Amino acid sequence: MIGGSVQFVPASKTAGLREVDAPNSLVVQFGADRPLKMDAGVSLSPLTIAYQTYGELNASKSNAILVCHALTGDQHVANTHPITGKAGWWHTMVGPNRPIDTNRYFVIASNVVGGCMGTTGPASLNPATGRPYGLDLPLVTIKDMVRAQAMLIDHLGIDMLFCVAGGSMGGMQVLQWVASFPERVFAAMPIATAARHSSQNIAFHEVGRQAVMADPDWRQGRYLEEGVIPTKGLAVARMAAHITYLSDEALQSKFGRKLQDRAAPTFSFDADFQIENYLRYQGTSFVDRFDANSYLYVTRACDYFDLAADYGGSLAYAFKSSKSRFCVVSFNSDWLYPTQASRAIVHALNAGGASVSFVDIETDRGHDAFLLDTPEFIATSHGFLNSAARARGIALAKSGAM
Amino acid sequence: MRANEAKRAHAIPARVDLLLVADMVEPKSRVLDVGCGDGALLRLLAEEKQVDARGIELSQRGVNDCVAKGLSVIQGDADTDLAGYPDDAFDYVILSQTLQATRQPRKVLEQMLRIGWHAIVSFPNFGHWRIRFQVAIGGRMPLTRNLSCAWYDTPNIHFCTIQDFIALAREIDARIERGVALDYSGAPLRYSEPWIWNLFGEQGVFRLTRKR
Repeated sequence: MIGGSVQFVPASKTAGLREVDAPNSLVVQFGADRPLKMDAGVSLSPLTIAYQTYGELNASKSNAILVCHALTGDQHVANTHPITGKAGWWHTMVGPNRPIDTNRYFVIASNVVGGCMGTTGPASLNPATGRPYGLDLPLVTIKDMVRAQAMLIDHLGIDMLFCVAGGSMGGMQVLQWVASFPERVFAAMPIATAARHSSQNIAFHEVGRQAVMADPDWRQGRYLEEGVIPTKGLAVARMAAHITYLSDEALQSKFGRKLQDRAAPTFSFDADFQIENYLRYQGTSFVDRFDANSYLYVTRACDYFDLAADYGGSLAYAFKSSKSRFCVVSFNSDWLYPTQASRAIVHALNAGGASVSFVDIETDRGHDAFLLDTPEFIATSHGFLNSAARARGIALAKSGAM
Repeated sequence: MRANEAKRAHAIPARVDLLLVADMVEPKSRVLDVGCGDGALLRLLAEEKQVDARGIELSQRGVNDCVAKGLSVIQGDADTDLAGYPDDAFDYVILSQTLQATRQPRKVLEQMLRIGWHAIVSFPNFGHWRIRFQVAIGGRMPLTRNLSCAWYDTPNIHFCTIQDFIALAREIDARIERGVALDYSGAPLRYSEPWIWNLFGEQGVFRLTRKR
């Protein structure tokens, strides 16, 4: 490999896209009679939603928790991932005796619209053309994602969710749920998120998208038909984004200026530093499981998110009719969605008189802290969900169940 | 402000101040406890008086304790986080043993009376004879059972006497609805002359309201 570039992964080795048409998940399909009405002004039909469930729905259907995934997450919250073979992305939070206790709650997680793990997205076949949608898929918004989730929740026969929880882009969906369907959410946990994408947030996403689109193999989004994949561009996008998920302190303590398997710099553009090697690994492993066009769509959905804009510029008004109880969580070293963004949500909720708890967790792990085993975060979540479950009258988990 | 530390430094045995404060709150009202610690007062109010209980607490541990009890508590402090609440959001805003640790006590008190119909404040009285004696005769900053931090180490940066507090209430156009001074054991003083309170009260507990 020549020093300064990201390793190229041939299209044939990119196993990720097999999940697009044949996901290792539960699937529900909505036909022409039930189209998804999108913010872009068009209807999407048919709509496929790939989802996972854990635990059992109780007789009164009062114990359902919807988990919303972040940008490049998916429905595989607490099971081994079908492509990477790794543990589910939120196994620290979801599972037996975890805060989102699968012995007690019925947990639902679906892949977002625009995703690439089985829910309709740009890599899915467009029935009108017989080709992948590519950029013919209408732009997707956070609200569209939530509308689709609501269709799934209807399909499962659940009127009111006990809780909607999620971090980052998942947290945006949580906020949108409360605004769009206030009477269907008993408790809400928006974590490490913001009620609108900041200029800096949009800027980082734009860098990622430009990296993808600058790859000659992107082919104006038609790469799937041409048998190539813009792996280099997507890997660079992931590398840039990954930096924003970590704090300066965490990078410094983990990598510092340590060299990678060598005693001295090589005076080349090879990955001399461990941090370079680490980012290249993050980039190349990402392209194995994620579709480049999907990346464009989900980043765009975040950029367009500005919850207050739908309510005359007042975030408080978005939460006006909410009776939900909230637990807002931020992490003090998260500079992607900083504490201040969570405080803005809390102030808006307070202004509307909502029942809200807020904790800013002290950690040096940056934005990624919500995915990691952060004890204070786990403890807060446990306490919040337990007390909310008491208020909702959800029975304690049977010991030894599951 | 380090409200939790301030609180530790002034914990009264048996939390008589909590019961006194609770006594000043009407049942089924909306209450915000600023610097609510582990939520003991909020829980007492929620259980005994069925109030809609909310809190603000600086320490992560305190917030976690409160959230686990099912209380709605946000992490924050009196100096910066009261501004986010709308006018008249609460019937009572409580600040117990924390006023002297705020950066801007006057602004905090004004905010409390903006967002609440009533403000309930308890604070250590710096005019107590024991404190005066230590400063006047010993010539050193006082150290007492309730004020046990050295001057260079204390979170309490804005001490006042009971008479100072009464003067501040007048200055911000607040009406004192109820007032109690507590003695060494935490029992209310029997005499109600302000100079007696100021000399023999270890704590002052006041309920204010806006003049309207």
